[in-house]
Amino acid sequence: MAAIYSLYIINKSGGLIFYKDYGSKGRMDTNDSLRVASLWHSMHAISQQLSPINGCSGIELLEADTFDLHCFQSLTGTKFFVVCETGTQHMEALLKVIYELYTDYVLKNPFYEMEMPIRCELFDINLTQVVQKDRVALLGR
Amino acid sequence: MPPAAPRSGDAIFASVERVNAELFTLTYGAIVRQLLTDLEEVEEVNKQLDQMGYNIGIRLIDEFLAKSNVSRCVDFKETAEMIAKVGFKMFLGVTASVMNWDADGTCCSIVLEDNPLVDFVELPDTCQGLYYCNILSGVIRGALEMVAMKTEVTWIRDMLRGDDAYELQVKLLKQVPEEYPYKDDE
Repeated sequence: MAAIYSLYIINKSGGLIFYKDYGSKGRMDTNDSLRVASLWHSMHAISQQLSPINGCSGIELLEADTFDLHCFQSLTGTKFFVVCETGTQHMEALLKVIYELYTDYVLKNPFYEMEMPIRCELFDINLTQVVQKDRVALLGR
Repeated sequence: MPPAAPRSGDAIFASVERVNAELFTLTYGAIVRQLLTDLEEVEEVNKQLDQMGYNIGIRLIDEFLAKSNVSRCVDFKETAEMIAKVGFKMFLGVTASVMNWDADGTCCSIVLEDNPLVDFVELPDTCQGLYYCNILSGVIRGALEMVAMKTEVTWIRDMLRGDDAYELQVKLLKQVPEEYPYKDDE
């Protein structure tokens, strides 16, 4: 029973740099995930234009009947979004933790090229731990 | 859920893992010496230090944003205060102050009271013209570029050259927000 279905990280130009899915539902192949990521990037940008108020920072939460999508955009333009079960709590906090993992295990890796797909084992390991911990905490409630 | 409040430089500095200051000073000194040996020309070394700083800055900014929980700064004045009060404190453990604002608020000086990079350092006569701490100007330039600001960062005063303090001038050239090009007619 996975509360989180998948996690995406997109760079500031809209390219997918990280995709991980956690459930048996909604598995996507590489091309589809790339496409979905660019679509989300565009929608996010358009939402900022649609806003009647200046300085809108884009979509943070999308609620559908079968899933929720929480999105966090850093001030540097990198977007972290997670597709999860409807009503899952504390996804914003999880996204912030994932952002911190990104700044540690990805950005501080001198061999990681900026804006390129993330292939950092330490990031994967720590991410799995964080999501696992989150899942356990969710089940416990 | 209300967003977390921004953290002070002191609080963050206290919470991160720290390294021996002398190791840091020695490592930086070794880098500068090696660059001087490899590149020979002082101007080249200045450029290289700036470039290295730039490469650090573009990565450091996300670390800064993640740890400090700041929200978007309303103007360049706030940005400069953030760099001096939170940034320098968080990464170098030193307090800096902002002064000498120009009329339109796009240019200011950041003055460092203390500078761990230069402990025990004296510049020889052969290295006049070297900006020993030029990595710092690159770091600021790189970090600000990733948050949509093109800046020019130069040294005004440098204690290794005989001045009484370390003063960096940070000039905002332009704001370059990431515009979604949906208005393009192409």
